[in-house]
Amino acid sequence: MLHIVNKSPLERNALDSALRMIKPGSTILLIEDAVYAVTKGNKVESAVKEAMKTCTVSALWPDLEARGMQDTVIDGVKQVDYSGFVDLVADSSSVMSWL
Amino acid sequence: MTESTGGIEMEEDMSGTVKKFAFINRKAPYGTIYALESLEVVLISAAFDQDVSLVFADDGVYQLKKGQATKAVGMKNFSPTYRALEGYDIEKLYVEKSSMEARGLTTDDLIVDVEVLDSAEMAALLEEQDVVLSF
Repeated sequence: MLHIVNKSPLERNALDSALRMIKPGSTILLIEDAVYAVTKGNKVESAVKEAMKTCTVSALWPDLEARGMQDTVIDGVKQVDYSGFVDLVADSSSVMSWL
Repeated sequence: MTESTGGIEMEEDMSGTVKKFAFINRKAPYGTIYALESLEVVLISAAFDQDVSLVFADDGVYQLKKGQATKAVGMKNFSPTYRALEGYDIEKLYVEKSSMEARGLTTDDLIVDVEVLDSAEMAALLEEQDVVLSF
């Protein structure tokens, strides 16, 4: 299952809740303001690293780049472009957006 | 083309397909339109005889709080509608335990009977759905 989060982890609880309610083996894709979650030094860095032990964590690099955060991404986070985004959706049995 | 469908071709295999739909409610009522919109879509889905589950997590739990009285704010109190869902064969209502507890609520505070699930049980429920719609 693919879980998409698009809100900054410091502004909303969407990422927190997603991390709490996803099954191991899931993929989490961070887009828009949620990409801040996979940058070094963010308050949720340890929670993201914990999630990476059981899940795949991806981020949309155009959104990272747009925010100037492309050089501070946590190691092991998979960066995808828009066509990678489409592939993730197409390859998933179901998709949930954490609005 | 047939008279009865007004010329619309009906696909034979559509009628027998039942999918598992989950509606995830994570926002409080009244502050935004999400809760009411969700309820509208849920009622529409009832017409299609699908396997529907409603999930209430985070502030979405507040949608089910007893005693909502919206007269003074001039908005429609749609909370009684949750009690009517049973009549539309929508009987699977789930609340996430930690969300409920974080808001100082218990099932006694809710206007409908729900099943309380912990986070892992909720994850399992979401995973088995064919379609997840978020509000």
